[in-house]
Amino acid sequence: MNSYQRRGGSIIILSFIIAFMLLMIPLPNWAQLLRPEWVAMVVIYWSMALPNRVGIGASWFAGLIVDVIRDSLLGQHALALAIVSFLTIRLHQRIRVYPPGQQAITIFLVMIINFLIILWIRGIMGQAPDVWQVLLPALTTAILWPGVFMVMRFLRRQFHVT
Amino acid sequence: MYGNFDYLGSKAIKLTFQQSSLGLRLFFLVALSITLMTLDHRFHHVDQLRASLSIIIYPIRYIVNMPADMGDWASQAFMSRKSLQAENIDLKTKNRLLKAELQKFNYVKTENLHLRALLKSSKKFDSRVLIAELLSVDLDPYKRQVVINKGSNNDVYPGQPIVDAQGVMGLVTHVSLFTSSALLITDPNHSLPIQLLRNGMRAIASGTGAANRIELENIPNNSDIKVGDKFVSSGLGCVFPTGYPAGHIIEINTDPSLPFAHVIAEPAAALDRSREVLLVWPSDERQTNTSNPCQQIKEVKP
Repeated sequence: MNSYQRRGGSIIILSFIIAFMLLMIPLPNWAQLLRPEWVAMVVIYWSMALPNRVGIGASWFAGLIVDVIRDSLLGQHALALAIVSFLTIRLHQRIRVYPPGQQAITIFLVMIINFLIILWIRGIMGQAPDVWQVLLPALTTAILWPGVFMVMRFLRRQFHVT
Repeated sequence: MYGNFDYLGSKAIKLTFQQSSLGLRLFFLVALSITLMTLDHRFHHVDQLRASLSIIIYPIRYIVNMPADMGDWASQAFMSRKSLQAENIDLKTKNRLLKAELQKFNYVKTENLHLRALLKSSKKFDSRVLIAELLSVDLDPYKRQVVINKGSNNDVYPGQPIVDAQGVMGLVTHVSLFTSSALLITDPNHSLPIQLLRNGMRAIASGTGAANRIELENIPNNSDIKVGDKFVSSGLGCVFPTGYPAGHIIEINTDPSLPFAHVIAEPAAALDRSREVLLVWPSDERQTNTSNPCQQIKEVKP
């Protein structure tokens, strides 16, 4: 572990900041329901590429920021993103070698788990939205994943983030 | 040689330790999340934490809001002289009309104060207002919420009513130093005590989750209510000040098989078009001998 040189921390932080910005950029009403989970994609990428760097703790904190940005119950996105990160770290050696299409399917399943957790928490709170509406962002996230993956991999290689 | 094996062994131990501790860490974080959610939902203990985290994200919000701000600035900067003149004339006319109405209003207000003094009932002073601007950032897509650019450094407090030029918009839910978020009256979790202007009937208007639709709850089928009736906030519930326009009825479905009529109304405020809102500080100074129920509620609240 000590032989690792930790580099490019600023790139990781920057990627999260951009994800937060994309999360709050104003969209028309119909597109809001389709907004992909940018923060979850960034969490998944870094948990997969550098599991010893961005772990479940960092993902949990990113989720806490999402809760503040969305003004939702403090801890619900944190919980969901910690579990997403946990699943990705457990599967990272397999997901890394999948072709992009298969990766996207895996991401879709992980995102469904993410949204079911959020739906479950909302249900307990008594504000459960329509299930199919909630699962739409999982679909857009999976569709956009290959592109995001390419950009993130380019950034990681360009700036030698280890 | 041995050193090398040693190194590999220690690495293997480290890896297994990490594998097992991952589950442990997840368990810890899940427990922490559940504790946080419970504290947030039940006791509002973590508002301070939310407010501090809000300060971290303020620069991000500011940057996201910048294009909208610049658009406003550009549309003002590149306005033609002709349209400015037209707007100026229009505003002057409106101002004159409003001033004429204000003369009457001042007279009616003094008369009202005299009558209230005769009745020895509570006397209300004018409430304080402050103009705030909406930030163009998106929040939870399943809630009707907005972010405004005034926070605790402007004395904004949770539960404070916000209105626009046309009527009641909603109330402030969370406050941080520079920004605060507010729930609109169309959110399903929002209810507003109202009173019909025509006959003084009281009701509760709840949000439906749809834009520009609220519904009046528990209205009996035979009650005196008509399409087009206007209603104002009644001031019961001690959150909203009395008498701000809230909306008008657009649809009444009376189904005899159901216990209550289904009454749909449209909010008076331009919820999806307003860029500027007014924060209202209801007046607390009242001349009264009897105890004020609103004051008691405020004291109980944390």
